[in-house]
Amino acid sequence: MNRLLELEKVTVRFGGLVAVSEVDFHVADGELVGLIGPNGAGKTTLFNLITGVYTPTSGSIRFLGQEVGHMSSSDITGMGVARTFQNIRLFSSLSVLDNVVAAFNLHLKSGFLGALWRGNAFRSEEQSIREEAVRLLEIFGLAETAHAPCRSLSYGDQRRLEIVRALATRPRLLLLDEPAAGMNPTEKVELMRLIQFTQERFGLAVLLVEHDMKVVMGICQRIAVLEYGRKIAEGTPAEIQRDKRVIAAYLGEEVTDA
Amino acid sequence: MNEFLQQLINGLSLGAVYALIALGYTMVYGVLRFINFAHGDVFMVGAFAGMYFGRWLKPHLVGWPEWLFAGLILLLVMVACAALGGLVERLAYKPLREKPRLTVLITAIGVSLLLEYTGQLIFGAAPRGFPSLLTSAPIAGLGGLHVSNIQMIVLGVTAALLMCLHYIVMRTRMGLAMRALSLNPTAASLMGVNNSVVISFTFGLGSALAGAGAVFYASLYQAIDPFMGVLPGMKAFVAAVLGGIGSLPGAMVGGLILGVIETLVVGYSQVLGVPPGYRDAVAFVILILILLFKPSGLFGKTLKEKV
Amino acid sequence: MGARSGFLAAVLAAFVISGLFTGHPEAAWPLAQLDDYLLNILILAGINVVLATSLNIVNGHTGQFSLGHAGFMAVGAYGSAALTQINGKACLAALSFLGPCAQGGLFVCALLFGAALAALAGLAVGLPSLRLRGDYLAIVTLGFGEIIRVVFQNTEAVGGARGLTGIPPQTTLGWTWAVAALCIYCVSALVNSTYGRGFLAVRDDEIAAEAMGINPTRYKVTAFVVGAFFAGLAGALYAHLIGYISPEGFTFLKSVDVVVMVILGGMGSTVGVAFAAVGLTVLNELLRQAEQYRMVAFSLLLIVLMITRPQGLLGGMGRFFSRKGGNP
Repeated sequence: MNRLLELEKVTVRFGGLVAVSEVDFHVADGELVGLIGPNGAGKTTLFNLITGVYTPTSGSIRFLGQEVGHMSSSDITGMGVARTFQNIRLFSSLSVLDNVVAAFNLHLKSGFLGALWRGNAFRSEEQSIREEAVRLLEIFGLAETAHAPCRSLSYGDQRRLEIVRALATRPRLLLLDEPAAGMNPTEKVELMRLIQFTQERFGLAVLLVEHDMKVVMGICQRIAVLEYGRKIAEGTPAEIQRDKRVIAAYLGEEVTDA
Repeated sequence: MNEFLQQLINGLSLGAVYALIALGYTMVYGVLRFINFAHGDVFMVGAFAGMYFGRWLKPHLVGWPEWLFAGLILLLVMVACAALGGLVERLAYKPLREKPRLTVLITAIGVSLLLEYTGQLIFGAAPRGFPSLLTSAPIAGLGGLHVSNIQMIVLGVTAALLMCLHYIVMRTRMGLAMRALSLNPTAASLMGVNNSVVISFTFGLGSALAGAGAVFYASLYQAIDPFMGVLPGMKAFVAAVLGGIGSLPGAMVGGLILGVIETLVVGYSQVLGVPPGYRDAVAFVILILILLFKPSGLFGKTLKEKV
Repeated sequence: MGARSGFLAAVLAAFVISGLFTGHPEAAWPLAQLDDYLLNILILAGINVVLATSLNIVNGHTGQFSLGHAGFMAVGAYGSAALTQINGKACLAALSFLGPCAQGGLFVCALLFGAALAALAGLAVGLPSLRLRGDYLAIVTLGFGEIIRVVFQNTEAVGGARGLTGIPPQTTLGWTWAVAALCIYCVSALVNSTYGRGFLAVRDDEIAAEAMGINPTRYKVTAFVVGAFFAGLAGALYAHLIGYISPEGFTFLKSVDVVVMVILGGMGSTVGVAFAAVGLTVLNELLRQAEQYRMVAFSLLLIVLMITRPQGLLGGMGRFFSRKGGNP
């Protein structure tokens, strides 16, 4: 299979703390991979490394064969990596629709001058962006609230909006950081089904961080497990469930963790 | 060489004043993460307070030795400034504790303008003479150097004040609370620190130092006006950034360095090809250079936003 | 339809109105007897609208905090005066092919020259200031503004501290309000587009904006340059209204004046800010007798406003382009 994202011995240090240590990892085209691990295992840090928020201290991160470890966040997104945030970071003063529209910037043809001149090309592009944004919102059941301020959405809807916004950048790889946090079991199942649906429909690779083991086991083709910044296991859900180190490190704690 | 030493001493005594003001910026930034724009104007009020205290008390304390009288004025000004700083914090900044930083910044600009224009209303716009608290006399026996006793006293008293500050911050319960608060306000309050009191105390302490700086500045330059705080205030801020905002030693060192550089640039303007008129631009050029090349300053730590 | 035609109508209206109110006693139209004092206030109001709406794109829409607007205004004022006053004769001679329009042509060239220089200054300020946020940025822009002022103060070619006199008074009501209309149009048109949502995204959450492929650096610099361009235009208009400029007219306090307009109008609300600019200009004139109380009242107002109504007095008013219909 064609490797989309490849991490090789990726390490990052913050002062004395080694947050991620020598992680080897990859995501193939069209794959749905789960990333699990106890709190503080370095999952979000790994996301921040892949998306260019942090720069790795050593090791290499390649996307589509190109080294992205030192690229800026926005350039990496431009190459086709989009993400959601664990602690929701919507554009809080914008409407639901505008949150999505803003993310269309990446593929915009009419820029500064187009916006000033407002010619036909500009108007038809704006029109089509709006229509596409509404279509994306529809998939996630947010079209009705399109003109509402995004702050007025429920917690779960804000998480869904984050996914829609990420999709608007037309990614090839989507990183979801605990997209189901704070949802009830039914909502979670529904969201996972939705993630699977969008993955197939847009032909995406998805890397999913999630605490709920059942959820991850249910939809992921492959799972990697982090603990204390190291990858301690990787394999199919069935393999992970049998792995002794994972059980010791993670499943044992899961009971108290939840 | 003499010329250079001369400039250095002039620069250090000016730098001492910047350092005293810079400490207030840095301390407030430490506990509240915001730049108290009005700090320079507290300094201005300190200078006027010194002038009035000096005039009112002079006839009543005729027999006092000069140094004791000057010390009393210094103490009174520091107390007055501390009260003003605490008052400003309570009235203007405290209601905004949970608001965005920009709101607090704009409020601080408002407070700054309020102090300046109220000052203008009360004291008049024209510069006023500051009474000489100590008789100025050149110190003899230094070769060709012109060093006044006032310059030396400014340096000495500043050093003493800095030692007091060090003691308060490192050795007292209140200082411990200040340090705890600056590391993590939530954790500090959970450990029983009364954040509100500590913040007010920090404002008071910083303002008291600005008051001392005001008395020194006014004694060195002898003219005061309602807008005198603007430039020294901004320069002291630059000093705080130069040293690394949030760092007490940084503010002291930054203040001294800035004072010396500024004096040298003016003193050697012909050699450097920079007209002396650019004096007030020096600090801002330094500020821009630091922010470009070492934004954390000399002693500061880089903070990364948590994502 | 909408935006562009609306804008053209506004510019046309500005010129027609100016034709009616030329302020020259010999003009035939009866309305031309408009009182000079009133005319001046109307022009000043227009200049302030340009200043405030252009600062709004930096401070309001992009969420940066610039305190150096007066500096850009100064660059525009001195830059334009360099063409019309310092090198006036040579420039007029160069434009002699325009015949009777040479005078007006030079004025337009001077306006654009001043604005372009200011935009360059905006670029120079914007680039190094990018890593800074909030209060830091405020101080650095303030510093830049002061440096610009000190440079003019020490440059004998532009009159040094004495300033520059004898600038031809060519600013009319029509020119001013045409520029104001242009400025309001540009800011609104920029912000109300997919492209312009980037400014707001950068304001709301820089890290999220970057994660969506928006380059915050580019947006911030763009905001600075656009803001500075119009501040330069305003400065040029001001110079050719008063006929005299000096470094003292472009201090930090002038920047604060503009900031107050933006805050009162509600940061990010173009209409609100434009109204606030007009309102404050008029209020300033009304309070001219009580000059020393004016700033005390303003600063108190600022503090009370921040504590009770931080979105501004006029904040939350409708935007220039309505978003309800969904179409731009």
